[in-house]
Amino acid sequence: MSERKTLTEAQFKSRSRRSFLTGMAGVAAGLGGWRYIQNDEPVGRIPGILRSAHERNGSIWQALYDSNRLAPTFDPGDARPLRINGRHGVREEIDLDEWTMDVVGRSRATIGTHEIGDITSLPFTEMTVEHKCVEGWSEVVTWGGTAFSNFASLYDQDAQAPFVGLETPDGDYYVSLERDAMMHPQTLLAWELNGEPLTQLHGAPLRLVTPLKYGIKQLKRIGQISFSDERGPDYWNERGYDWYSGL
Amino acid sequence: MTKAITATEVDQTDLPERMATEKHPRAIRWMHWFNVPILTVMIWSGLRIYWSYDVSRVPSIRFGEETLFPEGFYDVLQLDRKLARGMAFHFSFGWLFLINGLLYVLYLAASKEWKHLIPRFADIKKIPALLLHDIGLRKEAPEQGQYNVMQQLAYSGVTVLGFLAVATGFAIYKPVQLSWLTSIFGGYQSARLIHFIVTMSFLAFFVVHIIQVVRAGFGNFWSMVTGYELEPADEPVLEKEVADV
Repeated sequence: MSERKTLTEAQFKSRSRRSFLTGMAGVAAGLGGWRYIQNDEPVGRIPGILRSAHERNGSIWQALYDSNRLAPTFDPGDARPLRINGRHGVREEIDLDEWTMDVVGRSRATIGTHEIGDITSLPFTEMTVEHKCVEGWSEVVTWGGTAFSNFASLYDQDAQAPFVGLETPDGDYYVSLERDAMMHPQTLLAWELNGEPLTQLHGAPLRLVTPLKYGIKQLKRIGQISFSDERGPDYWNERGYDWYSGL
Repeated sequence: MTKAITATEVDQTDLPERMATEKHPRAIRWMHWFNVPILTVMIWSGLRIYWSYDVSRVPSIRFGEETLFPEGFYDVLQLDRKLARGMAFHFSFGWLFLINGLLYVLYLAASKEWKHLIPRFADIKKIPALLLHDIGLRKEAPEQGQYNVMQQLAYSGVTVLGFLAVATGFAIYKPVQLSWLTSIFGGYQSARLIHFIVTMSFLAFFVVHIIQVVRAGFGNFWSMVTGYELEPADEPVLEKEVADV
């Protein structure tokens, strides 16, 4: 091949010494960096620097977000029963006839209360998508419900808020999502799973469903929806996970 | 005239000077060593993610009721119950792995170093002879350039692995925003499986690589640090000189 450069033995020895010192400095820098990350002040249970990496990643993917891009859909025949993974907020059975859902506006005052009929009378849509968990498993399932955007149109002004928060009636589970994801055509307020009414452990009578996010964001049994100018509390974000959690 | 000279009495400066030849350009050495901690963190954090849903439950490969890794494996390496931290490390260090890999490929292309790494057809035919030599059944090693054909296959193969790791990684990371990429790898779970197999292949490469480096000796290893390798000491010359006196 090409001509290789050469060194005398004396030059090589001095080069060896320099390289050794550079190498040691590199190892020290690496270990120092590692210690820095490990000892960095945690933000939501992970080192702050990793939390900012999550946030930066979120900004990158949010900048590339396109509301016309749809999650892949599947043949309804491919739908499978969905496993029950998280029970936060749905541990106790509730009386579905007594269920109501509050809506909190940007002023933080309650601006509406709904019974299930208010929601199920909105335009119905079905989609068969892959439901994905942060743990790595996924299931193809068919959801039935109404696009959240249909519901949001009932709250013209407040629904312009950049964030939407949802929580279970007992307040045990809560999530916060950006408006873009909530207004996506595949983000539903759902009351059916695989053609059947939701079971209590899957979030009856009404839950959030969106293939744009991991399951941790798809809150079961909605007790309250709030339109907000700031990010609201988010259960798994407080426990080390990425707030954006976008797919 | 019959003055006896033993090897220990020969001053180093009396010997013809040994030369060191450049083996690895500076850029390659930096990227190689930078990659060591980065890839280590990627595999370690990746296994923390893998722990939460291990392969035994992926329909496409089932190891009966057994998991691929025994429980103690996760325990000893502290891989269990660290999913959130695993994801945090994986999705931040992944960018470093990507940038380092891109620079490496760009450098190979620009510097023509890739010619050392891609085996030519004539080299492929040397494989049987080389393997016989490696296991001690053939005395002469077949002629080679900077790397022998098995090294070429290992080093170009690991570059392809790096590319696959990144591509399947993004397919899993953004299966909606990059759904075209996910579908190239046969869907979400299929991309996960390929990503995992790539990881195991990295580990297999690592084992072979270490064995090859140990066999090649310290001078070869050190050339990845300094860039140069000293010619081996010319023992026969010394003997001849002693005999002449």
